[in-house]
Amino acid sequence: MKLVKYIFFDLVRSRFVFFYFLLLLLFTGTFILLQDDVSKVQLSLLNIIILVVPLVSVIFATIHWYNSAEFIEVLLAQPVSRKRIFISEFVALSLAVGGAFILATGIPLLIFYPDLVSLLLMIGGFFLTIIFIALAFWSAVFTRDKAKGIGLSLVLWLYFSLIYDGLVLMLMFNFSDYPIDKIVVVLLSLNPVDVSRVMVLMKMEMSAMLGYSGAVFTDFLGSKVGMIYSIGLLIIWSIVPFFWALRKFSKKDL
Amino acid sequence: MVKIIKAAFLIAVLFIACSFNIEAKQIIVSKSGAGISSVKTALTKIAGGDTIIISAGIYKEHGIKIHTPVTIIGKNFPVIDGESLGQIFTIDTSNVSISGLIIQNTGFSSMDDLAGIRTQQVSHITISGNKFLNCCYAVFIAASDYCTIQNNFIKGNPANQQMAGNGIHGWQSINCEINHNEITGQRDGIYFEFVQGSTISNNHSYENMRYGLHFMFNDNNRFVQNLFENNGSGVAVMFSKNITMLNNTYRDNWGASAYGLLLKEINDSYVLYNHFEKNTAAVYMEGCNRIVFSRNDFIQNGWAIRVQASCMNNTIAFNNFLGNTFDIATNGSLSLNVYSGNYWEQYDGYDLNKNGIGDVPFRPVSVFSMFSENMPESMVMMRSFCVTLLDKIEKVIPGVIPEDLIDNSPMMKKINNAYPGSGT
Amino acid sequence: MLIRVQELSKSFRKLEVLKNVSVSFDANQCVAIIGPNGSGKTTFIKSVLGMVIPDSGEIIVSDKNIKNNFHYREAIGYMPQIGRYPENTTMGQLFNMIKDIRKHNGVSLDEELIESFHLPSLYNKRMRTLSGGTRQKVSAALSFLFNPEILILDEPTAGLDPLSAEILKDKIQQERKKNKLILITSHIMNDLDELSSHVMYMLEGNLMFFKTMEELKAETGEERLGKAMAKLMKQQTN
Repeated sequence: MKLVKYIFFDLVRSRFVFFYFLLLLLFTGTFILLQDDVSKVQLSLLNIIILVVPLVSVIFATIHWYNSAEFIEVLLAQPVSRKRIFISEFVALSLAVGGAFILATGIPLLIFYPDLVSLLLMIGGFFLTIIFIALAFWSAVFTRDKAKGIGLSLVLWLYFSLIYDGLVLMLMFNFSDYPIDKIVVVLLSLNPVDVSRVMVLMKMEMSAMLGYSGAVFTDFLGSKVGMIYSIGLLIIWSIVPFFWALRKFSKKDL
Repeated sequence: MVKIIKAAFLIAVLFIACSFNIEAKQIIVSKSGAGISSVKTALTKIAGGDTIIISAGIYKEHGIKIHTPVTIIGKNFPVIDGESLGQIFTIDTSNVSISGLIIQNTGFSSMDDLAGIRTQQVSHITISGNKFLNCCYAVFIAASDYCTIQNNFIKGNPANQQMAGNGIHGWQSINCEINHNEITGQRDGIYFEFVQGSTISNNHSYENMRYGLHFMFNDNNRFVQNLFENNGSGVAVMFSKNITMLNNTYRDNWGASAYGLLLKEINDSYVLYNHFEKNTAAVYMEGCNRIVFSRNDFIQNGWAIRVQASCMNNTIAFNNFLGNTFDIATNGSLSLNVYSGNYWEQYDGYDLNKNGIGDVPFRPVSVFSMFSENMPESMVMMRSFCVTLLDKIEKVIPGVIPEDLIDNSPMMKKINNAYPGSGT
Repeated sequence: MLIRVQELSKSFRKLEVLKNVSVSFDANQCVAIIGPNGSGKTTFIKSVLGMVIPDSGEIIVSDKNIKNNFHYREAIGYMPQIGRYPENTTMGQLFNMIKDIRKHNGVSLDEELIESFHLPSLYNKRMRTLSGGTRQKVSAALSFLFNPEILILDEPTAGLDPLSAEILKDKIQQERKKNKLILITSHIMNDLDELSSHVMYMLEGNLMFFKTMEELKAETGEERLGKAMAKLMKQQTN
């Protein structure tokens, strides 16, 4: 798609994407150079991936959307469908921000530590980028005001990164006498940050994860099927908010 | 003068008598030639202290009983094949030595514990340099003292755990030495019950179905410099006191109930200079008192030490805790054990007076480890930002972690825990 | 009829922005859309462009209902009030991009404005480094680029220097002579006076009138559009 190409090259040349790339490269480089141990590098990067990547993706995508509002009007005055514009913006953003992540973190990680955990970290980080861009579009499409949109994006980030897990922990406290592991798996599936985290965790902290005999966790989530399940969920998580936002955008008054 | 001659004569007689004994008979068993071709036949022809030399070949024999002190030596590894029909050697006299044999295929019986070599109520047995293949039990020492079992290779190959026996099984014995054996594919690599004053050293016990070493009701024993890897449930040491565990390595024991070292009801013992790496739980303690853990390395384990609330007066000092998911976990709200002078990699305190000891105490238990101990499901929340935040809050305002579970003098640098001694 | 709007209504939440507006425009018209702020001018234009989706009513452009359709916009050139473009794209790339996505099947490009605004010398500049006036020139040039039958210009001269504004006005008059329909909103009555053939006056979502310039001036007896409109508004408030 031509539109994707132009938006993508515009983004790639933006200072923001460049700084994000540098920041990630700095993190990854420091971790790899200063920490002697694979698992510590991967652990540090996991924290980056479940916190920084979603935050940057969601905020940047929201701001980008609002900044592009007038240009999107120009595009809309052309004989181009709304759907095409929306998809192009999404794909271009995903490629630019996700590409920065893969180049700055994914590739170095795979070069220095070519193992399954590194691969999963890369997959998880890339999907979280896409998912939070989709969520950003969702909140931008559902709010008219820029400040409100950024606020909503931040709330979404906070919810998925922190509040949700707090609620799940509280649920575990209150129902610790019941067999809740299946419910927990379902609950975790409803949060893309948790899905990515658990997917990596099952391979990264295997020695500890095996200490808990809960069949649903280690036998299911830790297995090949579990990995496919996790990646499937991440794909669904990228698609659902995106199409929801697309539907809203198709009918929205600009 | 007469006295001198008498003495000289006495010495000469003694000397001749001794040399007569040394010149004991040697019997050769061989499949080729017209000589003796069966171990059983050879055993009927010996007097105490004779030597039987078995030449290379396959000897399909089982139920071989040794009633006379004898030295059996295999030349070029002759094979004694029980053809799965029963026990191969039974020793019911003391002073027997067996070496250089391949002993295989005892078969399995639900009535008896079939063994490659069984000793019963004897002493001074030496079993060395043999290979035990596909034996239910390889060496079974029952009520036998002063036995030496060394340099053997033991490999079991049973269809399932019910049919598997132990590699070296000791029961009610005193002062035995189990050294330099390699044991794999059995139920328990080494199993000791009611054994005292014995040493287990330099063995390599790996990929056994249950425990690499299983130890119950044995007081005053040492195990030194052994390597236990990848066993179904690791190593279990239970119901004993005065045990010294020195310079052993426990690694890759993974699973829901796998422990590098499981300690249950152990008192007054020492765990020194051991190396625990990549185990689900490196050490699990229950009902243990007065154990000293010192100069051990705990590296990349799920849990370094899981201390159940039933443990008291144990000392954990000068160990290294490196890259473990959880350093210490406990299920109690009270800690009656002492933690001091360890190096905790997760410690981020400072040392203003440069004495090598951190100025801020370290709490090796995290809130999250307390959660997961009581609520195993919460394990899946590991590394969540929420949990990280809770841990940070707990550091500032402690509420959940036992107050006394604290290392007041955490080391700033990794301790060199290389074992200074040599050999056993 | 190039554009036919029938009983168009639109409300945002409880606010009725367009109330049953019906109007038709034809080729060779230059329509000044006039009304105070909040009168529904912008919503009307955006409805025609398909950016605002009406609650009821129909908009027919070149005999095609624009509902769920975007191809009709091949006939439209739009110049927004505020033009913001991808910041790190150069002007040259921007023109290429729009040319690229707007398949101009055989239609010859009209690059007259690009030339008269001297834009090619700025082709290597990134959009974010350009002044607001220059961006307006870009918007103007883009709207005329594809030789569309219909031109929709939202405050075209605001922000342009007097010289450029004159260039643009000349261009608009020139295009009108080519049998095109031009819709202009502007607050600058003098400009509209020069350019328009028709006046569409909106107030609080209602279409108050749609008349030729001559009719309007005759009715009010004023020579200038500004005075004529002021007189009309006074009459209404009385």
